Amino acid sequence: MQQATDATLLIALGLPFIGAALAPMVMRRMGVAGAWLLASIPAFAFFAFASQIRSISEGTAVVGGLDWIPSLGVSLSWYLDGLSLAFALLISGIGFLIVLYAGGYLKGHPHHGRFMGFLLLFMGAMQGLVAADGFLTLFVFWELTSIASFLLIGFDHQREASRRAALQALVVTGMGGLALLAGLITIGMATTTDTLSALLADRDALRTSAFYTPALILILLAAFTKSAQFPFHFWLPNAMEAPTPVSAYLHSATMVKAGVYLLMRLNPVMGDTALWQTILPLFGGTTLIVGSVLALRQSDLKLMLAYTTVGSLGLLVMLTGFGTETAVLAAVLYLIAHALFKGALFMVVGILDHETGTRRIEDLSGLRRTMPLTFAAALGAGLSMAGIPLFTGFLAKETIYEALTGGAGAWSLLVLIVAILGNAAMVAIGFEVGLKPFIGETRPTPQAAHEAPVLLWLGPVVLAVAGLGLSLLSYWFYSFLADPMASAIADASVRNHASPLPHISLAFGLSLFTLAIGAVLYLGLDGLRRGISGGLAAFGWGPDRGFDQVMRGLVRLAVRVTAVVQNGRLDVYITVAFVVIAAALLLPMILAGELPALPSIPMLQLHEWAVMLVAVTGLYAVLRTRNRLTAIASLGIQGFAVAVLFLLMGAPDLSFTQFMVETLSVVILALVMTRIRLDPTDHRPWNEKLLDGTIAIACGLGFGLLLLKVTQGVFDTALTDFFNANARLIAHGRNVVNVIIVDFRGFDTLGEIAVVTITGLAILAIIRIGTPREKRENRP
Amino acid sequence: MKTLIFRSIAPYLTALVLLFSAFVTLRGHNEPGGGFIGGLLAASAFALYGIAFGVPEARRAMWFHPMSVAGTGLLLSAISGLPSFFRDTPYLTGVWTTAPLFHFDVATIILFDIGVYLVVAGAMTSIALALEDSGEG
Repeated sequence: MQQATDATLLIALGLPFIGAALAPMVMRRMGVAGAWLLASIPAFAFFAFASQIRSISEGTAVVGGLDWIPSLGVSLSWYLDGLSLAFALLISGIGFLIVLYAGGYLKGHPHHGRFMGFLLLFMGAMQGLVAADGFLTLFVFWELTSIASFLLIGFDHQREASRRAALQALVVTGMGGLALLAGLITIGMATTTDTLSALLADRDALRTSAFYTPALILILLAAFTKSAQFPFHFWLPNAMEAPTPVSAYLHSATMVKAGVYLLMRLNPVMGDTALWQTILPLFGGTTLIVGSVLALRQSDLKLMLAYTTVGSLGLLVMLTGFGTETAVLAAVLYLIAHALFKGALFMVVGILDHETGTRRIEDLSGLRRTMPLTFAAALGAGLSMAGIPLFTGFLAKETIYEALTGGAGAWSLLVLIVAILGNAAMVAIGFEVGLKPFIGETRPTPQAAHEAPVLLWLGPVVLAVAGLGLSLLSYWFYSFLADPMASAIADASVRNHASPLPHISLAFGLSLFTLAIGAVLYLGLDGLRRGISGGLAAFGWGPDRGFDQVMRGLVRLAVRVTAVVQNGRLDVYITVAFVVIAAALLLPMILAGELPALPSIPMLQLHEWAVMLVAVTGLYAVLRTRNRLTAIASLGIQGFAVAVLFLLMGAPDLSFTQFMVETLSVVILALVMTRIRLDPTDHRPWNEKLLDGTIAIACGLGFGLLLLKVTQGVFDTALTDFFNANARLIAHGRNVVNVIIVDFRGFDTLGEIAVVTITGLAILAIIRIGTPREKRENRP
Repeated sequence: MKTLIFRSIAPYLTALVLLFSAFVTLRGHNEPGGGFIGGLLAASAFALYGIAFGVPEARRAMWFHPMSVAGTGLLLSAISGLPSFFRDTPYLTGVWTTAPLFHFDVATIILFDIGVYLVVAGAMTSIALALEDSGEG
């Protein structure tokens, strides 16, 4: 049973990545029909996750996994509880609809297959993120969602706006990813665990740790950037440059909720502190208000939805941080309701854009007759967004108000007012998107409007029906999905009880009040839009422009640093390199007072003295000659003499290599000399010669002293003994040096020859830069 | 450098050095030598040939682009580590077997060393020939 579960979940989690690799081929071969085939992947995942509902709703988490890097104790493991499961079902379920929708939306696009591949890649990453147990796994999938998002936003890469938005999203969420890594490491240090399951098992370890505050700040930075909280919210509306399926899937229903997921996941171990309950509602509430105000200002339907998504994420963060069990219930209901209605509305806007050629609210009117199915889906989703009874949005709103009226004091009241204002804006936008384009008189649009094909309307219709159906079947919805999820977040068994039918209560009164404000906003929206736009224009500066300024500053700084560090003067580079070498060799010995003792004069044979004399003669010639080629050749004489010494002292291998290296160095240096048109003779003034000479002597002295010091110290022969003893036994070779190179340390050598190859290529490229083009092309 | 004497002996010298480089590489397991030194020898042989007859002639004589030789060597070395997986030992562990007819021990190590030889020879020749080439113009 366990094995069957493991295998099913492993396939469900892994299949999207295989699908991503195959998608371009599938779409090329099968065209639009390929979308149905690819959609079977999320469908399979959905049923695989759904089959776990029963056991998880009884409170047992499903765990399993594979070894990843066993030598480091890292495994690819999953931990599915109510929270993960609800997310996984949303991701795979909406993923199924989005894959179909994208199949129709980008029909005929030359890179249709690539797009589908990116979508599946994202889906796999997101599933992995919510199912991950290990910290490292969580981080890897978190970053993978950022990368997939980058690829999808920049899909239309020939437009500059897309490229900028993609880069912006990557920079902001990538920064958050780094914060997450640091945060997880901090948590790991504080609690000595590296899995979520172990962390959740020990509730108070983190809260009482001295590392709590830094860990919290890092985790919040990660969650706030990913979930577009103020002041990092600006990347999300810009991400609307992506094709609409992406906006519907990543930037409303799933990826942006990863930050909220992280907060909810860590609520049992990080929540319930004053810091948590202050920061989260503060930033969440600010984001809700900012998002709502900016949403009311837009006339582009897609941007309206984008800003309400920002607002909704703020609401979710606010509720997660509010700290009561009812607030957690409200957050859960709102998260699910939002994923359904916002996904549907985005797809509706995509359909409008696709079929009429515009998504400006001023141009769209009276489409109810030509697009009845789209209208039905839009209305269903819009009513849920507005929180009309019978819809899941209503359940969420009732529970939100119940939670926020439960507390006492000014803080609760403030949060409540913020929630009411935000919700009222949602009401207005819900009607604006779900109702306004379809009512009124018919107006001509850039393209003649007609109903969308089945691939396009299927997604929004199913999601709108789900938004109604889950609410009507609220008993099963609660017990199988919402209650287990909320219980996992609150770390206690909690139950929903909101009813889809209207009834007399304070919460319902507030709902009616919200609807009334929303209706007023909706009716006065045109005037309001002008007013907000005017106010923002007067203000002038925002985080979006700030991002540009930071990026420009970064580039300018890089240019300046490069100009100093890489000034293009070879003599400066070489001087710096050798000064550093001399300092690194000499300073530690001098500062630590560990200069070697002066060695005694060695007893050498006459022929050995003769070889020494040759070496010295070579050096003398280097110093005396003015001709550079002579100097290079003379240096070779010295090198050969050293090689002969190696031979005489019993190191034939070293000597052999030295001979070859010297030969080739002389040849190559001489060739380089002819190439970089230097004077054949050396005309440095005496002060430069003095400086260069000092550096040269310092380097030589450094190496000499270091070698003396090493030979004078006690030599640990453990390695020598090992290699001498085992070269013959294990590696069957008598040449110990070579056996070490090709066998004992073969992997090092593999790396070294890779470096040799790459260096060769790089040198070849540098030489060719200076070669005239015609000559390069004539080369055989 | 196009003296008659040099041009006359250069082909023989090149051939000899190349032969020697192969010898040095193959005996490296038990005697001084090995792929690295062999590669350097081969590179100096080709550089010599290039100096004597000009770079185009040297490139023709080599048949392959020297950088492809280096790439092939790298690939060979990397592949030579794979058979160790069949013995369930870590990557690049030497696998030894005795050739059935000749009672002669062979190992993946020699493939690895030949790879090193090709990389060093290819990369160094490539650099030397490129420098000679542009040096003339």
